[in-house]
Amino acid sequence: MNRATKLRPSTSEMNYFPDEVIEHIFDFVASHRDRNSISLVNKSWHKIERYSRRQVFIGNCYAISPERLIRRFPCLRSLTLKGKPHFADFNLVPHEWGGFLHPWIDALAKGGVKLEELRLKRMVVSDESLELLSRSFVGFKSLVLVSCDGFTTDGLASIAANCRNLRELDLQENEIDDHRGQWLNCFPDTCTTLVSLNFACLKGEINLSALERLVARSPNLKSLKVNRAVPLDALTRLMSCCASQLVDLGVGCYENNEPEPESFAKLLFAIAKCTSLRSLSGFSEVGPLCLTAFIPISANLTSLNLSYAAEIQGNHLIKFVHFCKRLQRLWILDSIGDKGLEVVASSCKELQELRVFPSDLHDEEDNNNTAVTEVGLVAISAGCPKLHSILYFCKQMTNAALITVAKNCPNFIRFRLCILEPNKPDHITSQSLDEGFGAIVQACKGLRRLSVSGLLTDKVFLYIGMYAEQLEMLSIAFAGDTDKGMLDVLNGCKKLRKLEIRDSPFGNAALLADVGKYETMRSLWMSSCEVTLGGCKRLARNAPWLNVEIINENESGRMERNEEDEREKVDRLYLYRTVVGTRKDAPPCVTIL
Amino acid sequence: MSGFRDVCSSSGSVNVMIGVSPAEEGDGNAAAAISSEDSSSPDETVAGTELDLALGLSVGRNHSKVRSFSSSLASSSSSSSLTRESGTKRSADSSAAASKGNVAVGWPPLRTYRINSLVNQSKSSPAEDDIQKDTTKNGVKNNDASFVKSPMLVKVTMDGVIIGRKIDLNALDSYEALAKTLEQMFFHTPVTARCKETRRGSELLDGSSEYIITYQDKDGDWMLVGDVPWLMFLGSVKRLRIMRRSGETGVGK
Repeated sequence: MNRATKLRPSTSEMNYFPDEVIEHIFDFVASHRDRNSISLVNKSWHKIERYSRRQVFIGNCYAISPERLIRRFPCLRSLTLKGKPHFADFNLVPHEWGGFLHPWIDALAKGGVKLEELRLKRMVVSDESLELLSRSFVGFKSLVLVSCDGFTTDGLASIAANCRNLRELDLQENEIDDHRGQWLNCFPDTCTTLVSLNFACLKGEINLSALERLVARSPNLKSLKVNRAVPLDALTRLMSCCASQLVDLGVGCYENNEPEPESFAKLLFAIAKCTSLRSLSGFSEVGPLCLTAFIPISANLTSLNLSYAAEIQGNHLIKFVHFCKRLQRLWILDSIGDKGLEVVASSCKELQELRVFPSDLHDEEDNNNTAVTEVGLVAISAGCPKLHSILYFCKQMTNAALITVAKNCPNFIRFRLCILEPNKPDHITSQSLDEGFGAIVQACKGLRRLSVSGLLTDKVFLYIGMYAEQLEMLSIAFAGDTDKGMLDVLNGCKKLRKLEIRDSPFGNAALLADVGKYETMRSLWMSSCEVTLGGCKRLARNAPWLNVEIINENESGRMERNEEDEREKVDRLYLYRTVVGTRKDAPPCVTIL
Repeated sequence: MSGFRDVCSSSGSVNVMIGVSPAEEGDGNAAAAISSEDSSSPDETVAGTELDLALGLSVGRNHSKVRSFSSSLASSSSSSSLTRESGTKRSADSSAAASKGNVAVGWPPLRTYRINSLVNQSKSSPAEDDIQKDTTKNGVKNNDASFVKSPMLVKVTMDGVIIGRKIDLNALDSYEALAKTLEQMFFHTPVTARCKETRRGSELLDGSSEYIITYQDKDGDWMLVGDVPWLMFLGSVKRLRIMRRSGETGVGK
């Protein structure tokens, strides 16, 4: 934060500037962490910063209440909220756990906030809250929902109908109850402001002519991601409509048979006009021919997400990716194979982020010889000098490979390796993978996010505590031997914000060693570990500024049991710092200590 | 409770076994036997109930309330692998017990949305012999009384409906079940499905409906469903089509 340090010695001079000037200077500071720092300098700056803050990011919706937020930042325009803990994505959190949007919309509306943008992740959103949202904020422009649930297409209809200035409606991987209604029809004819429309996660049919009319009257539309109900010819018409300005396209059309030559020719013609296209995604239930059609513009692509293209075999994926010389971001299925990753390594020299997802979760006896292994990972690390983020699902790994990867790619910021079989050792030496991951944390000095897997002892956590100085988020599963592992992480990683652990033998000793540590962290998740109810109670007593939540399997709650045995192991523990104490909306299956 | 945890966390190879939240909550995340494109509302369908019972029997030894996992996702080479889990340690040295088909809730760490999209895809263009291999494997599993079978997904289209569906034939045991399932998929809205009164018999099979079920067999011919024994049908079916009766001409027998 250069400006603050430069000005600090002469803040008295700075105070002669009118507030608007200081505010204008603050405008250049966008990062919310830096803004938080500014607000701590003195009272005057705190006040100016408060009123000029436009974007607020709340990493845990229960860390603060909407009322307090609005009191502090009455002029906010853009709000990002995250609800359920990360492991909710993997069904480890009951649906009704919490993360409800409604109280926030309610408070924002009552507080007269002129909300323009709302970004939500893992929140429970209801049709009522969407309707309230649509009616309460005249200038509302942008709604982004990621991994949310609880609403239907009726809620989308309200947004479409009432948000006159809507620019962005972006639905990513949400569970939406599709009533197959006419929500697209609800966009009024006067709505011409759309820039981004993504409804790829909707499962039902949509009104195609309504969509075509909507696209036709949206001259600013840059990003369009349709769902599987949009067949090839309709997609072609849509593309022709906005081809020249389209930057981001999501394709998803159900193909019964191969496309007819005439339709295909029209598609090719439309694609040729998409000279601005940089990002391509979708392709669920789409045959390889449709992908091949995009080869003419493939050299322009910077982002490619084929991780849902399960019907396109490896050789077609490889052929396509080979042409994507400018690719920066690639999400793909492991059906591309090690050979395919070698092609990526030689073709995509600009690659920064790679995610390789498993394509076949049923494969018992590794019949599938084309899945990716450590060979592909090494190839990528050797061939792509700009690579900084990776998520890699594979069946096997070796220490040697990880050590090579660490040497090739010391610039990793995010390194997430998921070996599908828990506790799987180095498949050549049969040893644990401690040394491999140790090499990663030692070499990658800027590592902020790490997920470990495979056979791991306490040693890997010793390494992590020692070397991972910038680590902010750590995910652990089926790893470690004793409390020492967890302790090394808690003591060593000074910047740790989120720690999530499952099925690992860490218990009360590790949990309780340094209660103050949790004040510096956003949250801790522990499931199927060795912590007991007694330990959690002790923690809750010593740290009143924490919400310590026990999530029970038994929906009716622990109170049903005759004695609360303090030695009973806790199945799921989720604790987080908060300034507003115990939340009132917890369901019966959650006990807050 | 500890017994179940051991089930979850034994070592050994894991073949997906994605746990879903208890079926009573039944949010649309549960990949039910019917891999349906519906983002189903939290109701129990008939298939969903059947799913629970089967699961409860196969794993529930140590734990009366299974945290449940979808049978259509879990595959196991031996039915006994699940019951062997009780008592095995979480740590690495139980590699001796390394049996395939272990189950861990929420593992591998993939969003439900993504897993459902995989379940909804059939294996890409399987060759003729692959299908036969799959079905004989499945046939053997049926005899094994294994409760956990790999899914046999076939596409189902219906005249006049753009969106096709996929259905897991291995989760069904008879033509009646098939007809009921198809009726629920294509003829019942979520609302009517809840009303027990409107649940009709399998009209699709008894000839009183306007539609008939046909299937394409491995020779490429379209046949009327119901003529051959169920297991034989499973061995030769490639895809299903619900046809309007008027288009019946040309269906081979």
